[in-house]
Amino acid sequence: MLLAALFIPALGALAIAACDRWPDLRETVTLVTAGSLLYCVLSLLGPVLGGAQPQVMLVQMLPGIALSLRIEPLGMLFALVASTLWIVNSIYSIGYMRANREPHQTRFYVCFALALACTMGIAFSANLLTLYLFYEALTLITYPLVTHHGDDEARRGGRLYLGYLLATSIVFLLPAIVITWAVAGTLEFKAGGILGGGVSNAAIGGLLALYMFGIGKAALMPFHRWLPAAMVAPTPVSALLHAVAVVKAGVFSVVKVVVYVFGVERIAGLASVEWLPFVAGFTIIAASIVALRSDNLKRRLAYSTVSQLSYIVLSVSLLAPLSVVGAALHIAAHAVSKITLFFAAGAIYTASHKTEVSQLDGIGRRMPWTLGAFAVGALSLIGVPPAVGFVSKWFIFQGAAATGHYLVMAVLGVSALLNAAYFLPILYAAFFKAPAQGADHGEAPLTMVIALCATASLTVGLFFYPQIPLALARQLAGF
Amino acid sequence: MIADHLPALQVVVPLLAAPLMMLVRRGTFAWLVAVAVSWTTLAIAFALAVKVREVGVISYAMGNWPPPWGIEYRVDALNSFVLVLVSLVASVVAPYARTSVAAELPRDQHYLVFTMFSLCLAGLLGITITGDAFNLFVFLEISSLSTYVLIALGRNRRALLAAYQYLVLGTIGATFYIIGVGLLYLMTGTLNLADMAQRLRDVHEMRPVLAALAFITAGVGLKLALFPLHFWLPNAYAYAPSAITSFLAASATKVSVYVLLRYYFLIFGVPLVFGRLPMAEVLIGLSVLAVVSASLVAVFQRDLKRMFAYSSVAQIGYITMGMGLANKAGMTGAVVHLFNHGITKGAIFLLLGGVALRVGSTSLERVAGLAKTMPLTSFGIVLGGMSLIGVPGTAGFISKWYLVLGAIEHGYWGLAVLLVVSSLIAVAYVWRFVEVAYFREPEPGAARLAEAPGSMLIPAWIMVAACVYFGLDTSLPLDGARAAAALLLGGAP
Repeated sequence: MLLAALFIPALGALAIAACDRWPDLRETVTLVTAGSLLYCVLSLLGPVLGGAQPQVMLVQMLPGIALSLRIEPLGMLFALVASTLWIVNSIYSIGYMRANREPHQTRFYVCFALALACTMGIAFSANLLTLYLFYEALTLITYPLVTHHGDDEARRGGRLYLGYLLATSIVFLLPAIVITWAVAGTLEFKAGGILGGGVSNAAIGGLLALYMFGIGKAALMPFHRWLPAAMVAPTPVSALLHAVAVVKAGVFSVVKVVVYVFGVERIAGLASVEWLPFVAGFTIIAASIVALRSDNLKRRLAYSTVSQLSYIVLSVSLLAPLSVVGAALHIAAHAVSKITLFFAAGAIYTASHKTEVSQLDGIGRRMPWTLGAFAVGALSLIGVPPAVGFVSKWFIFQGAAATGHYLVMAVLGVSALLNAAYFLPILYAAFFKAPAQGADHGEAPLTMVIALCATASLTVGLFFYPQIPLALARQLAGF
Repeated sequence: MIADHLPALQVVVPLLAAPLMMLVRRGTFAWLVAVAVSWTTLAIAFALAVKVREVGVISYAMGNWPPPWGIEYRVDALNSFVLVLVSLVASVVAPYARTSVAAELPRDQHYLVFTMFSLCLAGLLGITITGDAFNLFVFLEISSLSTYVLIALGRNRRALLAAYQYLVLGTIGATFYIIGVGLLYLMTGTLNLADMAQRLRDVHEMRPVLAALAFITAGVGLKLALFPLHFWLPNAYAYAPSAITSFLAASATKVSVYVLLRYYFLIFGVPLVFGRLPMAEVLIGLSVLAVVSASLVAVFQRDLKRMFAYSSVAQIGYITMGMGLANKAGMTGAVVHLFNHGITKGAIFLLLGGVALRVGSTSLERVAGLAKTMPLTSFGIVLGGMSLIGVPGTAGFISKWYLVLGAIEHGYWGLAVLLVVSSLIAVAYVWRFVEVAYFREPEPGAARLAEAPGSMLIPAWIMVAACVYFGLDTSLPLDGARAAAALLLGGAP
């Protein structure tokens, strides 16, 4: 079953490529693949909740380091989020790609399926090398998606995207992994970390910096520019990849490295790692301010993502069990909320071809479902109940209080205000301002509306029923 | 019976095939013989590698004259690895060459290409397998002379100039080598390499030995295009017939690297080369210059063949860098990169041969929109490029892993940084191809271009697949490289 999680999307990609000439069949294959992937992941959920960690070795890559997979709670959570949202996203994509008459649709679906295969590889990786392999593969396989339109703008965006991600991962992450191998003699993810006593406390700070900035997908400032640049992609790409798979692969790797390579207890209280909350806190605030100032809707969402990702980095950097739970939960919470927002942005573009915030006056009356879902996503990210964003922020806040990080609590408070400041005006304009003249459009295509309503209800649903993610997150934090 | 003579057959088969082709003078016949010969040498190389793994070292006395008086062929973990690489490349290039050569050269020259190809193969295998310093020189000349002819056969008139350039520099290199051997003979009275290593222990402080080291380094350095002795290489690669470029890029420089490895580690020995003399600093310094400058020059090339030729200079820098590190990880990286870079560059140049055939040129302007007209070729070049960059999952990553590890174990942090940063320069030149091939529209009239013929595409893709396969399942090259590294580091006096 574990292997199937990797091969289903990969084989799906082949089948999709084979159906190039029959669009309907091709999209059916996409949906069937997404469905079977979710089934496969769900079937693994039971054993993992029961405490099992199924594993499989693929091939011996280097002496002592195999390409191998093992499921642990955090990976399960990530895989669950990604595979669930892939189905919704596929439904949405069908509507979006057709309504906007996008070219190269087969290439789009093929790359998408392959990206999901890489995501599963990242989620289930049993050691750093496997993680790194799929991490790089994900960067490369999403490049054709980011540059989908093939024009100069797409090429520029693609350059930034690839440049930042490859540069950080090759220059920082790879040496970090080699150093880890040189000092620890293993790259396996192990509860409690693998570094042991072989590294001086000061060196741990440096190594942590290599990892944190090396995982460029987590978009920690100053290595965040690729994320807004990647917004030249079609909206479904922005939605799944840049709200769920790619950036989440980044923060997922951050959490995984901190928990399983460094070990929370090993580095808690070390002076040499104290800088991380500050960098993350700065990113949160700075990105929110940029978001506040951008008029382009997708750009605003992108900077909101940069900010929200740093919530996860911040909370894991507090190195308290509660905040680790918060970090894991926020992976799921931000995923469902942000995908809703991106879906809504894409739906607005499809129905009205509007891309700027200032054009959205009164649009809520024409597209009540879309903007309703947008409101749910926005409130969730601000952290208002009853949405799942509240739950994760609750844990992060508790973690900060428990460890006495008052500055962090202040950052969280200010950031919630900033979130409100950049989301609420959109809602206000959409619902209460008079619409511009000449706008005669209705809702976006049905499949898109269905998809965004589904993710919006998931956002609310997870507030009331957070058991599964919560259980996985608690297992991760070990209490 | 035959099994005992495999070391001799390894060289004799291609050596005898050449005059046979010369006598028959038929293109097709020569091609068939070339394919048969290269496959035979591959089988022999494999058989020898398996046997070496069992028994350690195979010593074969040529003509039954016992060493150190007669010529000894000596196969160990290091050169059996190189034998496999060279014959493997030859047996992929040979089937490919027919279509490529037919398209690029006039009919009456076809048999000549395959004759020279067999001769060159014999020379390279001979250099690798022989245990005799002078015999090595003879094979060096055989391979060099045949290479000059092969390059000069290129259809562009500038090929003549490139061949002439290489002829001059190659001759200087060979002369330097033979002067070095002469000095060593003076000091030790033997030409057998193993014997020489023994005898050098007593005299290795003396000035003629140091002079010999200098001459051999410079001579072999010219042949392997060690920076700054690389000027012949870009022209030679760019103007030789495509099939020949792939063969030379994947094997010729690698064999020269092997010679340097053998002299440094197994004859002069680590204490002399790296202890008494600052060769580690020299090698690493030159390698750094090679990697950085050649990669940067590659970024600004307008022709794909030249671009990847400069990339070869840089990649050879990685190999010599691992040599200079002289620790286990670094040596493993160096030896495995011999193999990995061989198959990677082989794959890329084979695919470029297809481009040259269909487009008529490999200049960057002419390949605009290549992804539409030749999707498989373009994608193969991209995969090969990934291996040059060292993306995990490709062969290049394995080499890079060991080199970075070697640098870190040595405490050369700056070098580790340079290694990873230089891969970014590789991203820059590989992505120049990607942007031109995938984002530009094909020129009008280019739309009727078709994919390269199967006889070229299949061998090329075998190499591409090998780049990916040996990036995931690395046991085959890595075991060989680790054994070779252990031999190099443990075998020195």
